[in-house]
This record gives sequence, structure tokens and C-alpha cells, in this order.
Amino acid sequence: MAKVFFDHISTTPLDPRVLEAMMPYLTEWYGNPSSHIHGQGQAALRAVDKARGEVAALIGAKPSEVAFTSGATESNNLAVLGTAEAAGPGKRHVVVSEVEHFSVMNALIPLRNAGVEVTVVPVDRDGVVDPAAVRKALRPDTALVSVMHANSEIGTIEPVEEIGRIARDAGVTFHVDAAASAGHIPLDVRGVPADLVTLSAHNFYGPKGVGALYVREGTKVAPRTFGGFQEMGYRAGTENVAGIAGMGAAAAIATIESGAWAVHLAHLGKMLWDGIAKIPMLHFTGHPAVRLPGHVSFWVEHVEGESLLLFLDVKGVMAASGSACSSNLRGHDEEDLVASPVLRAIGVPSDICTGSITFSLGKGNTEDEVRLALDALPPIVERLRAMSPTYLDYQKQTAQGG
Amino acid sequence: MTAGPYSAKVMDHFMNPRNVGEIEGADGVGEVGNPACGDMMRLYLKVEDGRVVDAKFRTFGCGAAIASSSMLTEMIKGKTVEEAREITNHAVAEALDGLPAVKIHCSVMAEQAVKSALDDYAKKHAGQ
Repeated sequence: MAKVFFDHISTTPLDPRVLEAMMPYLTEWYGNPSSHIHGQGQAALRAVDKARGEVAALIGAKPSEVAFTSGATESNNLAVLGTAEAAGPGKRHVVVSEVEHFSVMNALIPLRNAGVEVTVVPVDRDGVVDPAAVRKALRPDTALVSVMHANSEIGTIEPVEEIGRIARDAGVTFHVDAAASAGHIPLDVRGVPADLVTLSAHNFYGPKGVGALYVREGTKVAPRTFGGFQEMGYRAGTENVAGIAGMGAAAAIATIESGAWAVHLAHLGKMLWDGIAKIPMLHFTGHPAVRLPGHVSFWVEHVEGESLLLFLDVKGVMAASGSACSSNLRGHDEEDLVASPVLRAIGVPSDICTGSITFSLGKGNTEDEVRLALDALPPIVERLRAMSPTYLDYQKQTAQGG
Repeated sequence: MTAGPYSAKVMDHFMNPRNVGEIEGADGVGEVGNPACGDMMRLYLKVEDGRVVDAKFRTFGCGAAIASSSMLTEMIKGKTVEEAREITNHAVAEALDGLPAVKIHCSVMAEQAVKSALDDYAKKHAGQ
């Protein structure tokens, strides 16, 4: 059976050209970039330097402003905790949006424990952060504003340029988590006044286990990892040379090709959206227009999200959910089944923990795959509704109501 | 194939649930759970001579909730009211070859549904 991967927001397949760029550093060139007195180390150092230039070019940065990390989670942790620490005792306030990733939100826990105050700025029904609300939240002691570029669950793109200008005017460090967007839609730090930007390689056809934090020249960030002086002191530890080479190659490819990908994905996304819209009592989530290309997210009345995903998987369509009921299936206890904060933030009725479905397409997807998903979805929805006591009650009510 | 979160048996009962539907004029109806918590089950029983002769259900919920509902109806059919009341969530989970730790509440829901339906039966047939 055909297998359709519509879960690119969780990860993307490695581009074969990226693998090719990585292979020499998994085989022939195994040197440590810090040990560059000899040829092995020099080859590794050259690979890391080249990749730094390629990642910098993706976002219009200088190579010296890019620090490699183990991924977006580490970059977000470093941005939030490192900025708060470097800001010093006079700056004890942080502003974030309501829809930030767990690696930003949970990094606030130790900050709060240390007495740092946090203002969480709400979003509207489309998941958009209001820049005016960010302006209002700023205080003389604000150390950091952190707002994501695009939301992985609902696809909405945030007005980071405007928010960045507000933060810049106030002299506050601005962090943008671009893990979901980098390599897909443009983010240029020469135009967007971001001081810190989180990047994730595996979200744009690079390898897992490697990411980067852009740190604008002059921005103060204290390290979270202690050891040698790798990555300009931001991140101690021997570099993941092959991973970094892969991230560089992926960035170089995305710099050239992402414009064409976006056109292809916008086309497939519209096809998918229009087809899904025919299902009754279905609600799209996120902004209808200002969203990641090829990202379609929704929830369906009287259908629980995980059941829908299980059935889709059986039909060969792999998708994701921000549902309370499907996340953390490998969690330790039922405390791990928390409702998606993003869905709550955009006002999905809290009396129905139904979960949203996210179809996130990639550059390799085709029209035929979209058609396959569109054929699979309606019968699954019908079947699950036919099983649901809430749908039965709804039908009886509407029958009585005439 | 079962690298997924669920056992093959759970997937079988999820994909091909037994006894979905309702019983007109059921002798006992139980309803437990809440869509707000992610799952809700309604169980219909037909009881003759103190024995469950038919059971049907409707469930809103995840794979484990639907499979637990289906398995439960299979387990109680043919049992006496007393025997049916003694079915535990562990028995349901075990019959499904286990559930993920975070999904144990689905089997609890099934256990509660029988008790709720049998309470309704007892109420309707009090004094008979």
C-alpha cells in the first residue's frame, strides 16, 4: 500500500544531497575541529566553518553570529535561559506568546522558580500575536521577548518583524523560534530585528540532532553548557561535525530551492484545504491565509483526534495531532495527557477535547497523495461519527428541532 | 507491525469494533466519561432471566476507548448480572493484551459503564 507522509512538521526526510555532504565526516574525515594542528582536525574545522557560512546565508546573518547546537530545543533553552542570566539582576521579566513551543514554555519554569516574572501574551482566534499587546507587556525590567515565527500545530505565521521593531525600540532582546519555518519561508535578520533565532536542521531536510542559534553581534547570552570554548563559548562540547555539515548542505539547498518548494506546497495545500472543507462540521485552525505553505490543520466535531489518526495511518496517511488524547502515548501516567495549550489559546471549545489534525506536506509530496488523503478522510469521519454517542444525540436533537 | 502504541488485539477491536449500536427499549443504559476528558461511552444492555443477552455501545474516544468498549461488550454477553458486575478494568485491559499506561483510564471507563448500566437495570426492575 502507498504510504503518504503528511507529517513534515514533526520531521522531514533527509535530502540525498545532504546525506552525501555528511558521509565524508562519518567515514574518512573523523577529526575533531578543536584539534586542528593536523589534517584530520583541519578537514573537520573546514566543514564546520563552511556549514556556518551556509546556515548564516539562509537568514542573512554573518557566519560569526551562528552557533551550532543539538537542535531547536537546546537553542530555545539557550535563548531563554541564557538571555535571562546574562541580563543581570535589574532585568527580571520575560514576555512570551501563549503558543510558544514546550522548549520555550518549560524553560520558563526554572526562571519563575528563580523569581523572574513572565508575561504570557494571548493570541487571537487565528493564533496571531498582537504586536500592540507585546508593546503593552514591556516593562523597564524586561530582559527578553520570545515569539515564534510559525506555529507547528496550527501553521499561523506571526508578525515577528513588527514585534521585533517594538522590542528593538525598547532595547529588549528579541528571540524568534523559527524551528518550524526556517528553510521554508524567508526570515532575513537584515530586515527582521531579531537578536536570537532558533533553527532546526531536520525540519528542512537536514539531519536530526543538530540545530543552531543565531546570536546577533552584541547580544548577550550566557552559556548553558560548560566545558571548552567551542561555538564561540555558547555551546561547549565536541561538534557534531557530520550533522553540522548536513545542516549546512540543507541550508544551502533551501536558500536556492525553498521558493519553488513554497509554490508547490501552496498549490497542494490549497487542494487539500478545498477538499477537506467539504466535510460537514469541520473547523480549520490557524490563520486561513498567513500560514506555512502546505500546512492544513483542523478539528472535526464528534470525532476524537487519535481515532482519526489511527484510521488514517491504516489507510496509508501519516499525520499528526495536537490532541490531548493522542499526545504522549508513551507517557508515564495520565497526567501526561494534557490538552494542547495552543488549541485552548485559540478558543477551540474546551468541553470537547477532540484534538486537531495537522497535515504538513513536504517538497516530495504529490497531487496523487493529496487525492489519496482526500478519498480516505470522509469515510473515516463518517465511521467514527456513527460510533459516537455525542453525534447520535446531535442527530436526534436536529431531527426534533425540525 | 505493532511497533505502534497498541497491541494487535486493540487495533483489531478498534478497526472492527463488535456490537456498535444501540438497543431500543434496553433494560439498562449506562453512560460514563465526558467528551471534555476525551472519551465518553454509552452502553445498552438487554437482560433476560438475570443474564445479559445482548450488549451494544457507542463511544467517542481514542483507539483504546473504542477497543475497551468493544471488548467489554464481548465479555459481558452471556454473563449473569452478578458476574457482569464483577468485571474489572484489569480484565478488560488484559483481554486486549494490555494498554499503554496513559490509556488505562479507558478500561476503567468500560468497567464503570457496566456498573452504571446495571445500576440503571436494577432501578428499572426494582421490586420485580
